[in-house]
Amino acid sequence: MIVQRKALSWWERLYIPALLSGFRVTLRHFFKKKVTMQYPEERWVVPEGYRGAPYLVKDQDERTKCVSCQLCEFVCPPKAIKITPPGPTVNHSTGNVEKEPADFEINMLRCIFCGYCQEVCPEEAIFLQKDYSLTGESREEMIYHKDKLLDLGGVHQDGIKKWEKKLKDAEAQGMTS
Amino acid sequence: MELLSETSTLQSILLFGLLKVVLVIAVLMPMISYSVMAERRICAAIQDRIGPNRVGPFGLLQPIADGLKFLLKEDFTPHHVRKVYFWLAPAVSMIPPFLTIAVIPFGSTLGSQNMVIANLNVGILFTFSVVSLGVYGIVLAGYASNSKYPFLGGIRASAQMISYEIAMGMSVVPLFMLVGDLNLGKVIAYQASGAWLIFKQPLAFVIFLVAAFAETNRLPFDLPESETELVSGYHTEYSSMKFALFFLGEYAAMISISALMVTLFLGGWTLPFWGLAAPASSLIGGLIHIGIFLVKLGLFMGLFIWIRWMLPRFRYDQLMDLGWRRFLPLALLNIVVTAAFLWFFQSN
Amino acid sequence: MAKQVEEKTAPPVETITIKIDGKAVEVPKTMPDPMTGKPIPTTMIQACKIAGVEIPHYCYHPKLPVAGNCRMCLVEFGMPAMGRDRKPILNEDGTPQVRKMTLPYEPGTPRGAIACATPIAPGMEIYPNSPATQQMREAVLESLLVNHPLDCPICDQAGECKLQEYSVEHGQATSQFAETKVHKPKQVDLGPRIMLDDERCVLCSRCVRFSRDIAGDDALGFVNRGSYNTLTTFPGKPFDNNYTLNTVDLCPVGALTSKDFRFKMRVWFLKETKSVCTSCATGCNITIGSREEKIYRYEPRENDAVNSSWMCDAGRLNYKWVGDKRRLSAPRKNNRSGISWSQLIEELATHLRAAAPNTTAVIASGRQTTEEFYLLSKLATHLAAETDVPPRKGESDQLLVHADKNPNSNGAKLVGFHKGKQGSKLDAIAGRIKRGQIKHLIVFGEDVTTMGIDEKALSKLELLVASDILPNTTTRKATYLLPGCAHAEKRGSFVNAKSRLQRFLKAVEAPGEAIPESEFLTDLVEQVTGESIPKNPEGLFNKMAGEIKKLSAIRWADLGDLGVDVNS
Repeated sequence: MIVQRKALSWWERLYIPALLSGFRVTLRHFFKKKVTMQYPEERWVVPEGYRGAPYLVKDQDERTKCVSCQLCEFVCPPKAIKITPPGPTVNHSTGNVEKEPADFEINMLRCIFCGYCQEVCPEEAIFLQKDYSLTGESREEMIYHKDKLLDLGGVHQDGIKKWEKKLKDAEAQGMTS
Repeated sequence: MELLSETSTLQSILLFGLLKVVLVIAVLMPMISYSVMAERRICAAIQDRIGPNRVGPFGLLQPIADGLKFLLKEDFTPHHVRKVYFWLAPAVSMIPPFLTIAVIPFGSTLGSQNMVIANLNVGILFTFSVVSLGVYGIVLAGYASNSKYPFLGGIRASAQMISYEIAMGMSVVPLFMLVGDLNLGKVIAYQASGAWLIFKQPLAFVIFLVAAFAETNRLPFDLPESETELVSGYHTEYSSMKFALFFLGEYAAMISISALMVTLFLGGWTLPFWGLAAPASSLIGGLIHIGIFLVKLGLFMGLFIWIRWMLPRFRYDQLMDLGWRRFLPLALLNIVVTAAFLWFFQSN
Repeated sequence: MAKQVEEKTAPPVETITIKIDGKAVEVPKTMPDPMTGKPIPTTMIQACKIAGVEIPHYCYHPKLPVAGNCRMCLVEFGMPAMGRDRKPILNEDGTPQVRKMTLPYEPGTPRGAIACATPIAPGMEIYPNSPATQQMREAVLESLLVNHPLDCPICDQAGECKLQEYSVEHGQATSQFAETKVHKPKQVDLGPRIMLDDERCVLCSRCVRFSRDIAGDDALGFVNRGSYNTLTTFPGKPFDNNYTLNTVDLCPVGALTSKDFRFKMRVWFLKETKSVCTSCATGCNITIGSREEKIYRYEPRENDAVNSSWMCDAGRLNYKWVGDKRRLSAPRKNNRSGISWSQLIEELATHLRAAAPNTTAVIASGRQTTEEFYLLSKLATHLAAETDVPPRKGESDQLLVHADKNPNSNGAKLVGFHKGKQGSKLDAIAGRIKRGQIKHLIVFGEDVTTMGIDEKALSKLELLVASDILPNTTTRKATYLLPGCAHAEKRGSFVNAKSRLQRFLKAVEAPGEAIPESEFLTDLVEQVTGESIPKNPEGLFNKMAGEIKKLSAIRWADLGDLGVDVNS
């Protein structure tokens, strides 16, 4: 589109009307209500679906949902996630899930809050929650370990309870492990 | 007072001169930093924001925090610069504004003392010669930085400042034709006895005001440092306190040129009513005069700041066109008209 | 196994032309039987492989007898039509008419054949990508997945699971199965090294056939019927032969998992490096799986001239010393660190240059690479030194395990470092040290205090140079200690018991300042003898090959993945 530039009148060419309207606009804004939010006293209302920091969750029975499949570690674009798998020792406390990470680290300095980990997780064990302002005094402090991630993540109200169903089915068939 | 009257003239000139210098500097430095503060608050208000309000009550200690930050930042000198000039340039840009203040009467009298540091007979000439030095800091910085953006900034600054100095110089000639003296005190006295020169010479005022914006590199004429195309121009390579000196130098220049405009066009420390046009006879009267001067100065500073957050930057050819092809002829015309006017009335 | 190789290399006598996916392919009429080596008719799956067409399969394995029980390799095929006069029916253009096979009682329905067990016949046409074939695959996968637990997140096989791969390639996206899955025993302790998850088993019976026919330990079998069909060991018989971990490789799903590797690392993170097992003179070809400078597993790599597709459990699990915490990681002088490599080599070279002839002995382990033996023999020749390779004997079996536990005994012989019986000169060296005739001793990768040269004898020496990977008495007594690298940390070559020269590549970084022995030996030999030697492994190998008659035609690049026979 070509916009024809209007020839300015003599009065307009003096620049004075432009000046005056400039004064008017700026003066109006000078007395307008300010939009600044006084963080941290005033906080922003985080909308639904916001992608904040990723945390691990537990299910209703206080079981760590993560099974250390390491798909999030694989998919993580900035390689912020590092999982230490449990190794071959059988941990009976995890019941029929067999696996639980020995450690789960997210380097929040690297994390870009993209949400791939949440999307790829087959166990719905990691969610991007609403925290957006993470602070720490050292790099080590910004690497969140499993316990901290679980504390921050809270409980996920899981409607499916896949593992519980598996266990009940197996018990009904006389299989107890 | 008795002690003072016993001292010789030379001693009293030295003593009070030094005292005035110290006092002026002591007032000027906070003025510079608080004008930065004012700029930030005013620009925030114009942009519907609040501005710095965290340091101290109402954010009033912000300049101290800023100063501390500048001092603590890494003072980085790139290896490709010309070191001596690189270090010299910030200082050079800071000095001329202070020198200008020296000849400006910022009050009538306080006791027996005239409130001017140096009551020069050729005050205005001195002012112009010193103001023209201001460009050297910038040009030096552009040259010393030895890289393309500062270099372009320096080139622009020199061309711009020389152009507008001519218009500025021409614009004040009629004033002195009317006053008949170059002493700035006499200019004020002339205005006190009649009308302010802004009313007698509105054209000269407009030209001077616009040229003042160009001389101080303020928007809409901040082409030497235009961030968008020159990446801050002449001070691209500067950091820490050296950058701060440029930054403060800009505000110091604004204050000195505002002071000059107050003196030349707004009657300096005088007010045409309540008997405030005559030199003060009491100490309180003297202080009131200084206050009047500062208020007028503040008005100009406010205008400088307001304009900055209102107008976009000029194109370089527009700037040059305005300076050479509009203001210079107009200023010359103004001289001729004024001269004709004077010749006509005085010969009658 | 040698017989099998001969059979394979023999030129096929007769060929048959068949059509695969519309393209005519000429294939041999017979192929050797994987077990006996006798020629048996070529099957469709073999013919397709020759044609470059991959037929999905679970139970079929080229090194195992055919079972034909997974049905995954079902393909639609056609045969030349025959008239009542037993003569081929011809098309109008004179070509034989080919009819797709259909069910006799349901003529519209295609009749598939399992490609792994159906021999090819002249004029046959195979349709590996036809809609009917694809439908058959979908159906087979659906039935395999009926009782499969779909717990890929906790399954170690995920990432190298054939069920996953074929489900993606050939399966359906959704399941029609709404009933409860049959549950079977999980986390079954099958043997000391194997964990079984019966729910995941697809009943391909590869493990059963391997144990029975290759390992000769008929330990595994199926019990129960139908959906309850379950893999198990014979009661009271543990699955603990020396080849059990091969069943983990063979298992197409995650039913059999290695207890050692279990839940340690996901396979898709592992960097695979081609290498050679160092546990005995067989020199099984292996793939090292490592991530971030840590070795997680060894897997056998197919080489029909050496190890077929197998390796023993002992060799497979013998990798943990590589990442040991006690590894020697910095050069030391008189058991004190702080000396730099260049300074050490310079001092050492000065010592050795001043050494009188016949006052030095070099004892090097049969675990050193051929290149290292070559450099050591140059040094020994220059110093007129006594040399020996201490023997390392152990048990052997008829399959892969060799009695000689040194991976490179033949390499020492090949480059002329030490001829004759291993260890024959050790006593003589010990005696001459005690008599003060040998004043300088260079030890590579051995603890000589266990070989008759005790600490008292060592303290008589003027100079004891030791290079090793882990600390021992000799390294603690050494005047100069030069930390070396494990095979996984350097490039080099071994000559196995059958005189096959095989190269191995670098998988992980050496700890600390340790550098490959060939690197510091190159510098040392250069400074002692004045001879210029290439600094890179390829150049060094090529120089060595140029000087040794048996290797004269071989270059580093010629070794390839499978090595070269240097016997002839």
